[in-house]
Amino acid sequence: MRQSFTEWTKSGAPWVWLNAGAVAICMIMVVGLLSLIAVRGLGHFWPADIVQAEYKENNNSIRMIGERVQVQEVAAEQLRDGGVNVPADVETMDRVLMKIGNRDHGGTDFIWILDDFIEESSKPEMLFAAERREWGNFYGYLRSIKESGNEVAAYDGYEKSADYEALWNEFQNRIERAEMIHDQIKDIEKGKIGSINYELERLRLKERALQLKEVTDTAKYAEIDARRAELNAEYEGLQGELLDLYNAVNRDSITAEIANGKIVEFKVAHIVRAFLPNDMGLGGKTGHYFAKLWEFLSDDPREANTEGGIFPAIYGTVLMVIIMSVMVTPFGVVAAVYLREYAKQGFVTRVIRIAVNNLAGVPSIVYGVFGLGFFVYFLGGHIDDAFFAEAKPAPTFGTPGLLWASITLALLTVPVVIVATEEGLTRIPRAVREGSLALGATKFETLMKIVIPMASPAIMTGVILAIARAAGEVAPLMLVGVVKLAPSLPLDGNYPFLHLDQKFMHLGFHIYDVGFQSPNVEAARPLVYATAFLLVAVIAMLNLSAIQIRNHLREKYKALEM
Amino acid sequence: MSTNNTASSELDFDTPAAKRHRNIRALKDKFASAGIAFGGISVIVAILLIFFYLLYEVAPLFESAKIERWQDNEQTVAPYAVPGEGNTLYLTMEEQAEIGLRVTDTGTFSFFNTRNGEVLKKESVSLPEGVTVTSFALASEYSGIFALGYSNGQAQVFQHKYKSTYPNGVRVITPGIEYPLGAETIQVSDGPLEVLALNGEEDTWTLVGGQQSKLNAAQISLTENLITEEVMAESDLVAMPDMNIPANKILLMPDRRWMLISGEDSKLGVVDMNAEGGPKVTQLIDATPGNITSFELLLGGNSLLISDDKGETSQWFLVRNEDNEWLLTKIRDFKNGSAPITGISIEHRRKGFAAITDSGDISFFTTTAERNSLNAAVAKGNVDMIALAPRSNALLVEQNGELTLWKIHNEHPEISWSALWEKVWYEGYQEPEFTWQSSASTNDFEPKYSLMPLAFGTLKAAFYAMLLGTPLAICGAIYTAYFMVPAMRRKVKPFIELMEALPTVILGFLAGLWLAPFMEVNLAGIFVTLLVLPVAIIAFAYAWACAPKAIRFLIPEGWDAALLVPVVIIATMFSFWIAPGIEQVLFGTEMRYWVSNELGIPYDQRNALVVGIAMGFAVIPTIFSITEDAIFAVPKHLSYGSLALGATPWQTLVRVVMPTASPGIFSAVMIGMGRAVGETMIVLMATGNTPIMDVNIFEGMRTLAANIAVEMPESEVGSTHYRILFLAAFVLFLFTFFVNTLAELVRQRLRKKYGSL
Repeated sequence: MRQSFTEWTKSGAPWVWLNAGAVAICMIMVVGLLSLIAVRGLGHFWPADIVQAEYKENNNSIRMIGERVQVQEVAAEQLRDGGVNVPADVETMDRVLMKIGNRDHGGTDFIWILDDFIEESSKPEMLFAAERREWGNFYGYLRSIKESGNEVAAYDGYEKSADYEALWNEFQNRIERAEMIHDQIKDIEKGKIGSINYELERLRLKERALQLKEVTDTAKYAEIDARRAELNAEYEGLQGELLDLYNAVNRDSITAEIANGKIVEFKVAHIVRAFLPNDMGLGGKTGHYFAKLWEFLSDDPREANTEGGIFPAIYGTVLMVIIMSVMVTPFGVVAAVYLREYAKQGFVTRVIRIAVNNLAGVPSIVYGVFGLGFFVYFLGGHIDDAFFAEAKPAPTFGTPGLLWASITLALLTVPVVIVATEEGLTRIPRAVREGSLALGATKFETLMKIVIPMASPAIMTGVILAIARAAGEVAPLMLVGVVKLAPSLPLDGNYPFLHLDQKFMHLGFHIYDVGFQSPNVEAARPLVYATAFLLVAVIAMLNLSAIQIRNHLREKYKALEM
Repeated sequence: MSTNNTASSELDFDTPAAKRHRNIRALKDKFASAGIAFGGISVIVAILLIFFYLLYEVAPLFESAKIERWQDNEQTVAPYAVPGEGNTLYLTMEEQAEIGLRVTDTGTFSFFNTRNGEVLKKESVSLPEGVTVTSFALASEYSGIFALGYSNGQAQVFQHKYKSTYPNGVRVITPGIEYPLGAETIQVSDGPLEVLALNGEEDTWTLVGGQQSKLNAAQISLTENLITEEVMAESDLVAMPDMNIPANKILLMPDRRWMLISGEDSKLGVVDMNAEGGPKVTQLIDATPGNITSFELLLGGNSLLISDDKGETSQWFLVRNEDNEWLLTKIRDFKNGSAPITGISIEHRRKGFAAITDSGDISFFTTTAERNSLNAAVAKGNVDMIALAPRSNALLVEQNGELTLWKIHNEHPEISWSALWEKVWYEGYQEPEFTWQSSASTNDFEPKYSLMPLAFGTLKAAFYAMLLGTPLAICGAIYTAYFMVPAMRRKVKPFIELMEALPTVILGFLAGLWLAPFMEVNLAGIFVTLLVLPVAIIAFAYAWACAPKAIRFLIPEGWDAALLVPVVIIATMFSFWIAPGIEQVLFGTEMRYWVSNELGIPYDQRNALVVGIAMGFAVIPTIFSITEDAIFAVPKHLSYGSLALGATPWQTLVRVVMPTASPGIFSAVMIGMGRAVGETMIVLMATGNTPIMDVNIFEGMRTLAANIAVEMPESEVGSTHYRILFLAAFVLFLFTFFVNTLAELVRQRLRKKYGSL
């Protein structure tokens, strides 16, 4: 059907289409953003193939081993400016970011090279990748295994053979053994010695408190000294044990050939896992993928947070959110109930309502500043003076920590709960309340048995929205309690178990810190994407469950609504 | 009907048990009422506390200073006779203002208790027979290094130092005199040293001294004997040419290149010591309206303060002009009345000073802030000397052989309206500027607390975010509320609203680590997309309108948005594909290089465009949701009436629906702006955080919120910097609160209006 363009324009149709286009763009942006995070975040754990290639530049040829990370197009002109010898007829060239690892031997683990200069690219099955506790990944050919400096097995060649298989299996066994010992060491260092140190510190504070109170009862001091001696003895014992374990774990080492043909030697104990990505089938890769995913979720970070897992950050976020919701729920509900059910409705309540509503829109950093000034320095400082004088001059609560972070976020999110609860309370028909009161129930009974249950979907929604907001908020936390690396979890086996004064790690801050403050951003980037994906997933899940719960509870009390 | 087993009696509601139960319930109810009221009110109070606490932290910035007589144990400290004999050359105090030092022209150093004048330690220089002390020079208050000039042409350099020890938990301060340039005297001139100046650092020092028109400069280099730790001074004496300015007082700047001479009446001479062919007068200025009475260097030694007998004090420093010449320039003056100023005392830690007049009135000024923070009378008539304590919390006044100790409360004189919001001429700058630079490594740093660059950056970021976010969100909301089929609307709306919960740290991280590098390479693509997208959408729409009915009717009306999704994706990809070619044709190189090389506009990788896109993304859900609600809530009979009268849907929307919903849209934009202004993480991560004032879209900025996040953890509690950050937070709080309240009121009125329709 032909239509004249002017006619069509006059009808206003183009404008409608442009508006439709705006919706389409919004949707594409949202979906695009989520998929970008998902693809980059989840793709990181898939074992990439290792490429071996000859790189020829200016008649020099070097062997390169590494993973191809990214390809980029660059203008030839730019390269010529940089002094690269580019043929005259070429306009653009492909540039490849290679992860070559071996930071201890090459200095950097990433380099940009030009795709056109790569020759004889291959993927030898024998190339192995090792994740290490320090210095990043290692790529190379396994050459020999040594026990206490004596070679026990060796292989020289580039082709797969039964000998090589045997060597590889031996290597894997030794990694497993080292891993087991390593776990024991960690258990002693973090668990047992950590507890001892913690108790010693408590004893020191106890003694200091006695001195401050000017107690002269020597029996009390003697008691402390006795316990201290006991702990020190225990510590000595553990030290000895540790020494043995360290000797055992450092028994094995391997030698391997790296890209430039050199043979290097390093300890098996430094390896977290070694694998042959080019030799893995789909099953093997999938297994490796899930192992890495599990490590990401359950392990401590390594190498300045750029490797390993993010368990402490997940733990800190969850714990902080739980403490926050325990505080925010009752207070928010009580305030809403007061405003709606008890306070005299009038100008003042209207003003308060507007004020509360607007506080939800006040920048979160303002809450952070308030939290730091009022909670940390003012309240915390006074609490220290009153109850923790023995620890001075080191602050206990007078420094950012879990408690203050939770309270600050509770204050930040309480308007959300109040507004949502009030909305729920308004929606309850008068008749229901009046029916209850007519039957002789007191106001409080009506509230507890009729009103609150009916408003519970709204309350739940409010709380979950508050949690979702708290989980994603970073700016105020930077002032009141998160750190890039917390030495211990805020909830552990040491009395009093929940350490409200401790600083903690947080997923959102982890993203900021690793992505922007890390010394090796390139290496950390995939991990940041993965963390971002996790955070998005958690928050989306919370929001969706808010909707679900609301619908469910609404269904449940539907009969009551008129 | 239920039957009662004990049919004989009626149900008794007044048994003691029932009564008790009722009482308990009533009591419970009362308790609950009280409890809820208490809880509710305290939560609300806690929330409102934010406002008052911020105010409480900010308020001291604007408190005026106070001065009062020093009190010990609620007893006013009485004036006491000056310790030591002779006329005072120099009066000062140590850190805690417990011990004072008086240097007199008899060559005695008397350390005394500032509360009662008791002499704690007394030292004298050993002068040869017939030699007297003729002049005094101070290197800087901060270093405590000073020199005495003798009538035999020799000078000696001293330093007053204090050691704090804590025997039995009580602080004991032990004063002492040290010789940083060695205990030996240094020959400066062959005649008496009538004037003397000293400056230097570590192991190179310069002493200038001599008679009014005949000056010598002694360049001193120190070598320390590693074993005995004895300092050896090697002196190099240079005679200076006659400057033709009889010097009353001379000062040497810390770089030892510039010497300032206070001459007769109001004459001020500037001497370049390193000039070619020996020291040379570069400027001779009639500096003041009256006669010069006081001539001192401000903290850091880069500014000169001159007072005269007409009550004016002026600040001067060297400014480089276009010809690369340094000229001593008058920056600002301070005046409080016209009584002659007889003396000034320089603050040890801040760019401030106190000036006293011949009637004993003292005025405190801060140079950077141009603030007169205090005026008070501390004496009757002319005083001999005033001295400020290092922390500027105490003042010693010497008059008629008596010393009086005063206590000063002057915590934050650096802050004034002009320091925060107006252009300020900072030391070493060529002209007045807006600058935010809160901390540096040196002690004599001049903090620059102009909030203008930060406020500007905040508005710039918000502007670019709104530029992208508002049209997209409002257009999207119009379509969703008015044209979209309900089935799709039910999916689209919650989906976009869900994005409001997306943590901004994720948006910021993507903007900084993904979008910024991407944009650097594909800058042209972004702009081409902006042009191509609308064209592509219109073209597709027209083609669709011209398509045969059989195709058009496949998709019912109201699904246009879904239809456009592939169009938008293809158009975007097409734009990025053709962008490099267009770039080559138009600019001959990459657009980024063209922008920085041809247009001369600096290009930062993390710039306002990146922030605009990322933060625009963050405000879209907010604006979208509220706008959509406002349009959707417009009563349907209005649009039905319009449509029935023959208007097209678009005409109905523009003429009927939009005017009705416009207050709602306004409040949506306001709330969106509030969010953009206060957003922290996106700006923190997606800009370079440099506090510059430039509207250029390709440069970054620093916003108030990001500034707080960056500097708050490092600022010292209770310091001026700390309170200014609170002030920034307070400004943010007030701004968003105001904007949101406005939006809320508009919305409430809108709701009432709908109610009446």
